[in-house]
Amino acid sequence: MPKKVVVIGGGIAGIQASLDLADMGFEVHLVERTPSIGGRMAQLDKTFPTNDCSMCILSPKMIMCAGHENVKLHTYSEVEEVRGQFPNLKVRIREKARYVNIAKCTGCGDCIAKCPVKVPDEFEQKLSNRKAIYLPFPQAVPRKVTIDGEVCRMIKTGKCGVCKKVCQAGAIEYDQKDEVVEIDASAIVVATGFDIMDASLLPQYGFGSCKDVVVSLQFERLLSASGPTGGHLTRPSDGRTPKKLAFVQCVGSRDERMHKYCSSVCCMYATKESILAREHVADIDTTIFYMDMRAVGKGFQEFVQRAEKLYGVRYVRSRPASVQPGKDGKGVLVTYETKGLAGEQVTEQFDLLVLCPALLPSRGSKALADRLGLKLDEDGFLVAKDIRHPVDSTRKGVLVCGFACAPMDIPDSVAQASGVAARVAEILQGGG
Amino acid sequence: MARVGVFVCHCGLNIASTVDIEKVVAYARGLPDVVVAEHNLYSCSEEGLSSIRKSIEKNKLDRVVVAACTPRTHEPLFRKTCELAGVNKYLFEFVNIREHCAWIHIKEPLSATDKAEKLIAMGVAKARLLEPQKETESSVIPTAVVIGGGLTGLTAAASLAAQGIDTHLIEREEKLGGVLGDVEVISPEFSKSGDLIGQLVKELKGSRHAKVHLGAKVVAVSGFIGNFEVTVEGKGKQEKIPAGAIILATGAQEFMPKGEYGFKEMPEVVTQLELERRLASGNVPRRAVFIQCVGSRQPGREYCSRICCNASLKNALRIVRTRPDSRVSIIHRDIMSYGTASERLYREASDRGVVFLRYGLERIPKVVRKKDGVVVEVYDETIDEMVDLDTDLVVLATPMVSREDARDLGKLLKVPLDKYGFFLEAHVKLRPVEFATDGVFIAGSARWPSSVTECMGQGLAAAAKASIPIRRGKVVVEAITASADPDRCAACGNCVIACPYEAIEIVEEHGKRYAKVNETKCKGCGTCVAACPNDAMQQRGFTSQQLSSMIDALIKSTEEET
Ligand SMILES: Cc1cc2nc3c(=O)[nH]c(=O)nc-3n(C[C@H](O)[C@H](O)[C@H](O)COP(=O)(O)OP(=O)(O)OC[C@H]3O[C@@H](n4cnc5c(N)ncnc54)[C@H](O)[C@@H]3O)c2cc1C
Ligand SMILES: Cc1cc2nc3c(=O)[nH]c(=O)nc-3n(C[C@H](O)[C@H](O)[C@H](O)COP(=O)(O)OP(=O)(O)OC[C@H]3O[C@@H](n4cnc5c(N)ncnc54)[C@H](O)[C@@H]3O)c2cc1C
Repeated sequence: MPKKVVVIGGGIAGIQASLDLADMGFEVHLVERTPSIGGRMAQLDKTFPTNDCSMCILSPKMIMCAGHENVKLHTYSEVEEVRGQFPNLKVRIREKARYVNIAKCTGCGDCIAKCPVKVPDEFEQKLSNRKAIYLPFPQAVPRKVTIDGEVCRMIKTGKCGVCKKVCQAGAIEYDQKDEVVEIDASAIVVATGFDIMDASLLPQYGFGSCKDVVVSLQFERLLSASGPTGGHLTRPSDGRTPKKLAFVQCVGSRDERMHKYCSSVCCMYATKESILAREHVADIDTTIFYMDMRAVGKGFQEFVQRAEKLYGVRYVRSRPASVQPGKDGKGVLVTYETKGLAGEQVTEQFDLLVLCPALLPSRGSKALADRLGLKLDEDGFLVAKDIRHPVDSTRKGVLVCGFACAPMDIPDSVAQASGVAARVAEILQGGG
Repeated sequence: MARVGVFVCHCGLNIASTVDIEKVVAYARGLPDVVVAEHNLYSCSEEGLSSIRKSIEKNKLDRVVVAACTPRTHEPLFRKTCELAGVNKYLFEFVNIREHCAWIHIKEPLSATDKAEKLIAMGVAKARLLEPQKETESSVIPTAVVIGGGLTGLTAAASLAAQGIDTHLIEREEKLGGVLGDVEVISPEFSKSGDLIGQLVKELKGSRHAKVHLGAKVVAVSGFIGNFEVTVEGKGKQEKIPAGAIILATGAQEFMPKGEYGFKEMPEVVTQLELERRLASGNVPRRAVFIQCVGSRQPGREYCSRICCNASLKNALRIVRTRPDSRVSIIHRDIMSYGTASERLYREASDRGVVFLRYGLERIPKVVRKKDGVVVEVYDETIDEMVDLDTDLVVLATPMVSREDARDLGKLLKVPLDKYGFFLEAHVKLRPVEFATDGVFIAGSARWPSSVTECMGQGLAAAAKASIPIRRGKVVVEAITASADPDRCAACGNCVIACPYEAIEIVEEHGKRYAKVNETKCKGCGTCVAACPNDAMQQRGFTSQQLSSMIDALIKSTEEET
């Protein structure tokens, strides 16, 4: 009987760890709390520094993971409790009711078309709406719909039932209940990734009060061909194409009052998004307000130079003091200080402003760490056991990787995830 | 007669916004032997794949053409779908209408559509002539070789040994630890490197699965995944090590300034590693100025070496923490303290009075000799003024550069390097520790300058990857290989010389001499086919007949237009 490993978090780190562990012959249970695996990478348009289409390189991995004979997916699920000691861990997983029988659902989407309830779409970063019964994105794995019990009329009031009527496969089950499964696991991998800070906590940057202020992850969706604007870069206030674009780095990160650490990936993704914006709108002017341009990876400096020289991106070393709505509530006015002691305050008008907010340990990661008995550092990220064991957590048999450990980009997350697989193999071989 | 199915992908709007999908599908329906042509929003999604599978079964297809994106990422997926539907995976043909049509001709939708049709016509022509292939398996030698005994190699080797895999660690110096041998404490925790290296060495020495070769050089590598032979030379002896997988962890070295900032002329000017050695021996300067990016982030060596700012922050803190009377400045272009822990060190350094001054390439600092020590003259961008810093020591933070013999090693292992001499992984985003060559892996600062935790993470990752074929005990051998028709072959030997994998030899069978390909060694590169003057050498899946049919199809589709 192969030994079992539970992987928590189905982003690129969790997917990679699962694939390697499965290839090594372990039985992997991948637990993802949203309806699909993929994590943040599924939301990105392209990836720096090669500008590979994110979904195009991720999708095959998602499918291979789901199709692997040694991987069992538990999507829309959470780990509730872990009992026992390494190597005899009992992991209780709650598979939340989707009100859809996923063995029957074909993912055809007929129900979605007919559902009368609309709510803001989390995958699209609330730039558009989804239905109460939904598929988070077209390439979702598994490709099965989910009913959002919080908003579904039938679940809440008992009056509707349209989806059940149109479903040819008979997959809708309004009386479905949560299910709890328990896995006897030999090891656990935590790869719960990140969430983006609520930028309205810093009102001086205008998020929420100015229509044409968006956050970086929203901007990824605005660039994406499968996003809410069909890949046409437009601004929210009037749907016009922006000609003057700006980014503000370190919104709430490297900031004493908010989050002290550096989120590591923003300098690069802002540069990437600037290049992509120019590819969408040939005559767009882009400015990036930054503190230090942290381009430390392979090909990153060249990428920044390309943005500057070939795509005309203007890098301004300054932290804007305030953002006001522009005339008639369209566009924004950004006030910032120019370089040097002789620097003066200037106010510049932009059509669209993108904020790069701090990237935080994912929502609920403190509670999960408590449940698993893991230590977090002062910034809320998972702490490694010691210098000799960089991917071991503070609890024996629990390994950690990806953004949940510290801010890091995709290749670093992938490398660490594979590293976790090696450690699992070591400790289960009898090593320390 | 073949029954061909053509599946055209929208790739959301990636293809569909440029290429007229309906038109292309209609065109494909009219091609010879095409039984069905369909289109999908995302062919690679679960829905897309299951609809392709259903169509193969329903229409009894025996040849499948997908017109979508690139085989580099997606071929395995579609091949697998064919297999699931009962069609040999080598009866699948991939046509790339995204990169080759939609993206590159994004401004010319008509021509892009026309080109897509032509490429599909060619793909269909070839598909009709495809033949099923059988994959063979070969066994895997259950041993790994790790080249380089620095932190990364030690971590990889210790992991493999702990996994119960016999591992040889090859280090050319007489001692293990690499660069860390000169670095006493490691940021961000200020742990002792000696303890870390010591522990790793102890684990290796205590393992019956690990063998360490010191003072040993790799002189030859032959074979392929599962069946390598690594020849190691040292102390006058040569040893041939059979291995299933190889990990490269040969690290990088500190760039030596070429006289910049008075280096070599003034004894007060040293490199970071020299400072490390001095601090280790208790020689702590009172006043120090660090100059960052010496020899990097400038024309000729554009990259940022990732670890130098953190090394300077660490050493600045070691000075100010031990000497309250100290005065330390760091002259930089950007402080690269990315992440959580390094940013904490940056903050602590500022709080403890380390002065940070920013310079630009237009006005680089100067080191000037004065009567009692040296002065660093720097134009500080932030305050727009010249500042003179009296100091006892100037520390040049230079980048990590590739080892001089990295290219030679690359040749031995047939793996590529980037323009700076760092080894080039198979895919920068998703395959960070793999080479395109199966069975050979890369980790640590030989790939890119990395911190201690990053090096160790990659070392572990490479150990995971290397262990997979060894655990399985067998690997699938490439089916797309070459073979010579003995009747046509004149045994001229051109192919033997051309083959980069030493896979071909001239044999004599039944009184006939001809070129014979060792299929387990053949990588299917096709070089021998081009070298053959008699059309005797053919590559499976790319035969002359198949390729000619593609050209014929192209000519035909062009003639139809005019
Ligand atoms: C705007 C933006 C652009 C970016 N662009 C790039 C780029 O171009 N290139 C690049 O290399 N990097 C980029 N990044 C960084 C990249 O997104 C991360 O490196 C990567 O997503 C980290 O992967 P992960 O798997 O660790 O975390 P995530 O992608 O966050 O995945 C974590 C997964 O765990 C799940 N999860 C969380 N908590 C739980 C729980 N308790 N139980 C079960 N499941 C849980 C989440 O739902 C999610 O699916 C960008 C980031 C942002 C914000
Ligand atoms: C001055 C300085 C200070 C640093 N401080 C810190 C710090 O505080 N914190 C931190 O996290 N990181 C720090 N680093 C980074 C870290 O030390 C290195 O990135 C890491 O040690 C590199 O390990 P490695 O094994 O990849 O390479 P190396 O240490 O270079 O090891 C490679 C080994 O391979 C051997 N080798 C090379 N070629 C061959 C061959 N052909 N055959 C056989 N053997 C070969 C070499 O002899 C060497 O032993 C610092 C680096 C420097 C230069």
